[in-house]
Amino acid sequence: MSQSAIGEAAPAAPRKDKVETPFRRFVSEFAESKVALLGLVVFAIIAIIAILAPWIAPQNPYDLAQLDIMDGRLEPGSRNGSDTFNYLLGTDDQGRDMLSGIMYGLRISLTVGAGSALIACIVGASLGLLAAYVGKRTDTVIMRLVDLQLSFPSILVALMILAFLGKGVMNVVIALVIVEWAYYARTVRGTALVERRREYIEAAQCLALPTHRIMFRHLLPNCLPPLIVIATMQVARAIALEATLSFLGLGVPITEPSLGLLIANGYEYMLSGKYWISFYPGIALLVTIVSINLMGDQLRDVLNPRLKK
Amino acid sequence: MTVYLVRRLIQALFVVLAMSLIVFIGVYAIGDPVEILISPDADQIERERAIRALGLDLPLWQQYLVFLTNALQGDLGRSFVFNEPALRLILQRMPATLELAFGATFLALLIGLPLGLYAGLRPNSPASKTIMAGSILGFSLPTFWVGLMLIMVFAVQLGWLPSTGRGETCSVLGFIGITPCSSGVQWSFLTTDGLAHMVMPAINLALFKISLVIRLTRAGVRETMLMDYVKFARAKGLSPARVTFVHVFKNILIPVVTVVGLELGSTIAFSVVTESVFAWPGMGKLIIDSINVLDRPVIVAYLMIIVLMFITINLVVDLTYSLLDPRVRLENKGT
Amino acid sequence: MSAAATLEVRNLRTHFFTRAGVVKAVDDVSFTVERGKVLGLVGESGSGKTVTGFSVLGLVDSPGRIVGGEILFHGRDLTKMSEREMRDLRGNRIAMIFQDPMMTLNPVLRVDTQMIETVLAHKKVSREEARQRARDTLGMVGIPSPDERLMSYPHQFSGGMRQRVAIAIALLHEPELIVADEPTTALDVTIQGQILAEVQKLASTTGTSLIWITHDLSVVAGLADDVAVMYAGRVVEKGPVSQVLDVPLHPYTAGLIGSVPSRNKRGEPLRQIPGMTPSLLNLPPGCAFRTRCPRAADVCLTEPGIRELQPGHEARCFIPMNTPTEQAA
Repeated sequence: MSQSAIGEAAPAAPRKDKVETPFRRFVSEFAESKVALLGLVVFAIIAIIAILAPWIAPQNPYDLAQLDIMDGRLEPGSRNGSDTFNYLLGTDDQGRDMLSGIMYGLRISLTVGAGSALIACIVGASLGLLAAYVGKRTDTVIMRLVDLQLSFPSILVALMILAFLGKGVMNVVIALVIVEWAYYARTVRGTALVERRREYIEAAQCLALPTHRIMFRHLLPNCLPPLIVIATMQVARAIALEATLSFLGLGVPITEPSLGLLIANGYEYMLSGKYWISFYPGIALLVTIVSINLMGDQLRDVLNPRLKK
Repeated sequence: MTVYLVRRLIQALFVVLAMSLIVFIGVYAIGDPVEILISPDADQIERERAIRALGLDLPLWQQYLVFLTNALQGDLGRSFVFNEPALRLILQRMPATLELAFGATFLALLIGLPLGLYAGLRPNSPASKTIMAGSILGFSLPTFWVGLMLIMVFAVQLGWLPSTGRGETCSVLGFIGITPCSSGVQWSFLTTDGLAHMVMPAINLALFKISLVIRLTRAGVRETMLMDYVKFARAKGLSPARVTFVHVFKNILIPVVTVVGLELGSTIAFSVVTESVFAWPGMGKLIIDSINVLDRPVIVAYLMIIVLMFITINLVVDLTYSLLDPRVRLENKGT
Repeated sequence: MSAAATLEVRNLRTHFFTRAGVVKAVDDVSFTVERGKVLGLVGESGSGKTVTGFSVLGLVDSPGRIVGGEILFHGRDLTKMSEREMRDLRGNRIAMIFQDPMMTLNPVLRVDTQMIETVLAHKKVSREEARQRARDTLGMVGIPSPDERLMSYPHQFSGGMRQRVAIAIALLHEPELIVADEPTTALDVTIQGQILAEVQKLASTTGTSLIWITHDLSVVAGLADDVAVMYAGRVVEKGPVSQVLDVPLHPYTAGLIGSVPSRNKRGEPLRQIPGMTPSLLNLPPGCAFRTRCPRAADVCLTEPGIRELQPGHEARCFIPMNTPTEQAA
């Protein structure tokens, strides 16, 4: 890919900044889909909100000194008790500002989702590379494990692990990593099996480079495109699964409420028509997941070599 | 075929063994087995007697054998909470979960197949694009939140449907006529009230599968329509209906049935979420409650039962697949 | 047009409206197929011969469309017929055989299903009679124990046997015209020979006309009565097979004949037509073949029309092979 890009672009482009690098082509192809761009923008905004939550949220929803129980279950748009700001999205049973709750909740959801996806990616990709590169028995053992794991749905595996380990943020992350690593391993192995037969790997082997160097410096970069696609999709899945587990009361503790727990919190009040406690965190969750999926869809099209002409 | 069946059964047996080992290690080795299996109220003497009685003084592999032997005899321990055999608790709640899962699968096919077919036959029409956008949403929507919203709109705001529970149930395998609707296996879908209770949970559980069926069907239709045999069928002067519903549809049905069948297991697993939202008294709600109060014998029983169910489903799907696709059928005969 | 003509195609134009532009897959194609005669439609892949075949059956799919010309079947214009009327003709009076026998039979339907549905689509008979008809036709194309074979699935047949089944399906209603799209290309040479011989026998005994689409000149030589050579969506030469193959008028036809390996002397390098088939998307103005033509001259920059250069033998060329090159230069 890089060869052809240089070969074609160099004579045609006299100005240096116009040279079409693979990265630039990737950017321009990604930008072809307006929907994907929208997803990117929305996700960027969400990420910024999550990062800046402590500075931009109207209140710290977990500082009990700032909460006023008298403000409990106020409708969206109500003025707060000390007349300093409006509860744009209403308050929950504790008198907590839902907007602030969502901003802080996004922090936890994104951290747990992205964090577990990253760990799963490292674990899964390493095992997948190992399976493809070493082959033989290592390959069989790893892939059997992958098959076994993938034959059970994610929620069941997560439930099983949380049943063994108990609740807690760390345990949720462990559960998500165990649920997800197999997808990465399978993807990387598939690509690596094709790539390792290419000449550049043979060349590296002839130079007697150390195995780990061939695996991570030569093989891995060429397995990246499908890995990026899977990772994007898995972040969305991890966020959704974490929210589900938290909703079921098996996820993060009440002191660190993610979006799922916020939604669960509003469950009992919904039957009396106080919809906002569950509704808005759900919208935030939905927008986050959709924006990631939209990017993922386009990434899959752009990075899929089969669709290249 | 028989050879194939036997080979598959042996494979399945190995998976069950592996899973029982994982569950055993998970529950008995990671947690403290004494705490798990003996009620916290027991005094020291009782505890020691129980430890001996349960064989917890034996080496781990012997304990595993004991666990396995008991499991084979249908003894997966007693629930601390209900003080009943865990297995019986699970089995009592299984019909509720099964009818929900089957209802959802039925809905997914009923809604997904026609929509997917339409989107595949007219990929560029606005209606198809709407269908596809809807299916992306179906993949992205968090199930539990959709459940809540369904309750909010249809139960709270509009008051059309009951919000939670299973409603009136009716017995089929019991003594119908003598003691109607009181003994035997209870089903909701046989009464109007029960059906009304089932609508929202089934739709909720089906949401993800509908999207899946739409996408599979559409992709299948688009691929199949390009095949020579479809053009040949048209060249034979067949009616469009026959080409679509016999030549195209039968080819698509194979992958769709396989996936939906395989997904039945995951539907049962995911009903955990839907049951919690709609307070549907199935085994999913039981397992969540049990995890929350650490009723580990029930957890073990649930996990073992669901593993068995999965393996059975996979086996049945494989066999159905080979019945539907003559090519697979023959290959298996050969080997 | 003679009274015996089964099919007469006049100035047929079938274009594909793709996002990249209009692809003129078939552009001004005319030919006639007489009753009981075989027309060989020759050309490289991408020359528009298959699209021509599909146009006759009214099976051109979007984004393609017949944009001009007439297809007269016993004097009736097929391009003006409703889909319903076309369906009654297809598989009944006009049948088609496809190139790849591995792909033409539906893999999940038994052979009897696929044959009986064809009978029932056009004839109001009982299933039993339809089955009888299917069995007889299978026997006719040389399939042993047809009763047993009816109950089989396509994958249980070899490629040659499958093509026989496809031919049998085409013959079920004793059509007046069969469009055969390279039906022997995917088969072994020996099986190819058998099928050719049988098709020829059928055509002469039943009076069925055939359009035999192929890129293989040797097949045309042995089978066809007339031949039309296509290049880049146009017929560049047509006439009786003996004349066209023996005294080709168009340089492209001459090139095709010259590149048949058996015609080259042993030890000589194989002859070939230089260059590649042009993209139909952006055809250069003038003669489409001029970029590859050894005889091209300035006059070729304008579009040549098809002319009758010998009795019954037409070519689309300003400088045909029977004129010295100096004339144009």
